[in-house]
Amino acid sequence: MTSFHGFGLGLRTVHYPDFLERQVPVDFVEVISENFMIDGGRPLDILDRIRQRYPVALHGVSMSIGSADGLDLEHLGRLKRLVDRIDPLFVSDHLCWTRIEGFNSHDLLPLPYTAEALDVVCANVAQAQDALGRTMLIENPSSYLAFADADMTEWEFLAELCGRTGCELLLDVNNIFVSATNHGFDALEYLGGIPADRVRQIHLAGHSQGKALLIDTHDTPVPTSVWSLYAAALARIGPVATMIERDDAIPPPADLLAELDMARAIDAARECLAA
Amino acid sequence: MSRRVSLLALQRDFRGHLTDASSNGSGWTDACMAPGLAVYHNAYRVQLSDCLAETFARTNAWLGGEAFVAAARTHIEAWPPTGWTLGDYGARFADTLAELYPDDPEVAELARLEWLLSRAFEGADASALSVEAMAEVDWDNALVAFVSSLRTVMVRTNAAAICSALAQDVLPPAAALLPEPGTLLIWRQDFTPCFRTVEKIQHDAIALLSAGASFAALCEMLVAARGESDGIALAGAMLGQWFQDGLISAIGAS
Repeated sequence: MTSFHGFGLGLRTVHYPDFLERQVPVDFVEVISENFMIDGGRPLDILDRIRQRYPVALHGVSMSIGSADGLDLEHLGRLKRLVDRIDPLFVSDHLCWTRIEGFNSHDLLPLPYTAEALDVVCANVAQAQDALGRTMLIENPSSYLAFADADMTEWEFLAELCGRTGCELLLDVNNIFVSATNHGFDALEYLGGIPADRVRQIHLAGHSQGKALLIDTHDTPVPTSVWSLYAAALARIGPVATMIERDDAIPPPADLLAELDMARAIDAARECLAA
Repeated sequence: MSRRVSLLALQRDFRGHLTDASSNGSGWTDACMAPGLAVYHNAYRVQLSDCLAETFARTNAWLGGEAFVAAARTHIEAWPPTGWTLGDYGARFADTLAELYPDDPEVAELARLEWLLSRAFEGADASALSVEAMAEVDWDNALVAFVSSLRTVMVRTNAAAICSALAQDVLPPAAALLPEPGTLLIWRQDFTPCFRTVEKIQHDAIALLSAGASFAALCEMLVAARGESDGIALAGAMLGQWFQDGLISAIGAS
């Protein structure tokens, strides 16, 4: 596996003119896979043109690797065609489930971290990697409930998943912070428990305070708490591709590039400390 | 006190909590989970409601926000999403509106038009033939193929005029029944979804050619309907319009 150490942004439709008309100073962009798993039209044409200018990571939201009744083969086939078309930097999806028996929630729903769930997720990830012909990155989700009868922690679950399937990790630092706050675990213990050598990409984002829980809203700048955790993550993982993820209240690219400069500065500080 | 259930049973129950907050499930939840379940229950509805509002922006504008939100809520309760893509979720929304607004048929027709425009937007690419290609065709044996994005839908109202006005952000006309039911053609020209109202005879012509009949057979049908001179003239006019609109993808030989 080639290690890619760059800084990117999540590409959203409001940014298309900026990214197509000039060279935005990013090392890669990430798009939501499902938005382009379509038959044709302007979105795919734009993605083709974006790909000519930037490396592209494909980030999925609907593979549902936690579904007890297996993967949706139409989804997998369409993703395979998109992967073949784009030759992406990474292909990722979430440690969650979205669909069961023909019902699709279109939300990233939590899994109980049990031995049974681990078997299901490993089988689904192995099937997806076989079909795609490449290693996938699995992202830790934000979650709003925890299952009391879990057999293992989320980080232990991810470590087992990597060991059994060869998959790698997309570590969402904001999601660690949100889930740690909501469920009362130690975010640093989480970072210490994941297989650092399997992390290929990091997501940074903001969150909001809900009535009783932190909510992963992606509608605010990256907060200080997440920057601090990012610095701790880099200290453990080393150089790794990093991306700012913003899905609502999307500001101009300049604002996101300023946030990306913060990530670059934290990474540079890590290099100085490591030297 | 929660109890362990199989992953499949848990996921079935979780679905129940999403679609029905009062669902009791099979005992894997406990009181500590209530705030989290409420977050997922709400997020499920917000996501689907936002999806409908985005896909049916003009229907939303026509109905007004509160009425649209109520209609979306009714639809979400009746039709849980099944497809892997949110893009499919609006497929039956026009049917829901037809039930909610039986005396305002333009509402469902406007939604159906918006839905087909959204499908055309991401439909398969197909190159349209240029007008110059007409010169090389043996029309006695020609088979006309339309672009794959082409869809037709019958309309009783002026939903198309309402749609156009809302798209241009001008005052839409009052809803009205058409003097005669008509047909809307919906397709994509290059990357832009388009629609046009046509008479029934043009709808019949497109249906005939799409079913595999030759252009000569179409001319026979039009001559039978309109007489020799007008029938042939109409065939030529339709053909010219189809080329101009980018509706023809290929012309083969029978």
